[in-house]
Amino acid sequence: MESVDLHINGIKKSFAGKEVLKGIEVTIKDGEFVTLLGPSGCGKTTLLRIIGGFAKADEGRVFLGNEDISKKSPDKRDINTVFQNYALFPHLNVYKNVAFGLKSKKVPKDEIDRRVQAMLELVNITDLASEMPSTLSGGQKQRVALARALVNEPDILLLDEPLSALDANLRKKLQVELREIQKKTDTTFIMVTHDQDEAIAVSDRILVMYKGKLVQDGTPEDVYEHPVNRFVATFMGECNILECEKVSDTCVKAAFGNLVVEKIPAWMADAGGKCCGGVAIRMEDIHVCTPGEHFENNVFHAKILERIFRGDYWELHADFGPLTLRVMTDPDQIYNPGDEVELYMEPQYLQVLSD
Amino acid sequence: MANSNTTEVFEGKLTTRSRMRKFGLLLTGPGMLWLLVFLLLPTIFLLVMAFAQRGSYGTIDWTFSLDNVKKLLGYSSFGWSADNLLIIWRSFKIAVITTILCLVVGIPMAFWIGSHGKSMRTLLLALVMVPSCTNLVIRTYAWMILLGSQMPPTWIARFLGIIGENEALYPGTFAVYIGMVSCMLPFAVLPLYTSVERLDWGIVEAAKDLYAKPVRVFYHGILSQMMPGIVASVVLTLVPTLGMYVVSDLLGGAKYILIGNMIQQQFFGTALDWPFGAMLGIVLIISSVLSLVAFQKVGGKNFV
Repeated sequence: MESVDLHINGIKKSFAGKEVLKGIEVTIKDGEFVTLLGPSGCGKTTLLRIIGGFAKADEGRVFLGNEDISKKSPDKRDINTVFQNYALFPHLNVYKNVAFGLKSKKVPKDEIDRRVQAMLELVNITDLASEMPSTLSGGQKQRVALARALVNEPDILLLDEPLSALDANLRKKLQVELREIQKKTDTTFIMVTHDQDEAIAVSDRILVMYKGKLVQDGTPEDVYEHPVNRFVATFMGECNILECEKVSDTCVKAAFGNLVVEKIPAWMADAGGKCCGGVAIRMEDIHVCTPGEHFENNVFHAKILERIFRGDYWELHADFGPLTLRVMTDPDQIYNPGDEVELYMEPQYLQVLSD
Repeated sequence: MANSNTTEVFEGKLTTRSRMRKFGLLLTGPGMLWLLVFLLLPTIFLLVMAFAQRGSYGTIDWTFSLDNVKKLLGYSSFGWSADNLLIIWRSFKIAVITTILCLVVGIPMAFWIGSHGKSMRTLLLALVMVPSCTNLVIRTYAWMILLGSQMPPTWIARFLGIIGENEALYPGTFAVYIGMVSCMLPFAVLPLYTSVERLDWGIVEAAKDLYAKPVRVFYHGILSQMMPGIVASVVLTLVPTLGMYVVSDLLGGAKYILIGNMIQQQFFGTALDWPFGAMLGIVLIISSVLSLVAFQKVGGKNFV
């Protein structure tokens, strides 16, 4: 099969005078599993609907391969959607739901049968073929919705918060399956979610959106370890943010002392000496020194204020004088409120933010 | 499943299933009694009376025979006539066509109401209901005047060549349909509107996404979801129109007799034959039930 990349060129969209997409520019490669991640109202669903053809962009174009599909209606695009809340046809059984698209396209009956059966097998619901949607559980409905879209062999599959209505355990299980199905069918998946754990678990690539803009585009590791700004840093999980001033290219001044960081990007130097977004460090990246351990720099004295049991780790609140940071420690390292400790922040984990 | 004696909490009280069942019987008791005395017993009485005879001077002669069935089918001392069967057939035809017209007008109307903002919707729904607040006879008289030969609707119909130069819209078939539809439309629109309001547009989009052409989108995306509303709408329209006689009596002219008019004649009118009226009543009940069952089988089977 020829490779079809999706190009999104300068998409803008407003609703009732409010700009929800402010010029989105991105290319999604054939066979990628991409997640649009962001809080509600960031425009991710609108972007998905524009790709699917359910909404028209005010400006900009969408290309599938070399073909401009911006003006095509949903039924003319080789793109299928797994809708939020599944949107199964209530009067058709599972088999007929899955066969719906092929029947619309007037595919011969024996071919429909072959493809539907294969798809039911792929998503593990062969035994549900004659059930009505109203008798299915949430997870089963999700599988039917997935099969109904994938049976058409689309170039791209869009998934609108597909797992949000399911309970935590089932969601984890389906995340793994979704990933496997994506690899097996070798189809581009574009998924919308507001759950960063889900995005990290399934994606090849995460596009973080905020207030109608694409703020970061990278692999899950990239986005998690190297957030570009304050929003991404806090949205991608627990994070300490330190307000800092720039001292030199590799040093910033925080409220409790100077911190050595990896090279500050040159474009940040012109912000009048200030690192405008501060410095982020994840709670698991602050190391509690054991006696005898020695580091050249970035070691600070702190007092433990509080200790919270989080199951697989302890969360410590460490008092640095002017501010309190959260620190993660192993369950076997016990520190009590009132203990005086030395904390080390490794320069490579200190992430300078843009805003 | 819970055993009938396991304790359960219901409305904040600790109770058992069997105790709840007894309590339920107590609550439904008065309603059941009402239905027994005022619906079930009269119906049985009607059924018995249907096989009795008309005595002289309109009294009831309690000797049982199948004479009324024969009379219904058109046999009398003067031989066979198709009149009765034609009247029943015509009643059916009018009821079915009225129901279809109500759906055809009601579905777009329900969507139109649903397309407005919340407060506007309430107002429009109230407007739909307002005519029902007026007496049916008065409303029907209004149509008589409005559709009369001196009024604009008749001029327009004459101009368009729908009716001849010297005819009027009233009295006639057209006037009967106008009267029937305007009377039944509110009852048809309400359930339709409710199902429009509950539409999951995601399913409509899903149909579009799965390459369906407009007709297929409408059928599987919209109609399938509206089916419970359509069923309710048909029930509420079809059953009353089958028995309605005021509208056809006033707007149809002398030749427009429906089963309802016939029943009225047997009980209060010139014929004064209560047993035969009872037989016609039974026919009306049975045909109402049968047509609903048939509708469920044909139209509703894929949906309900």
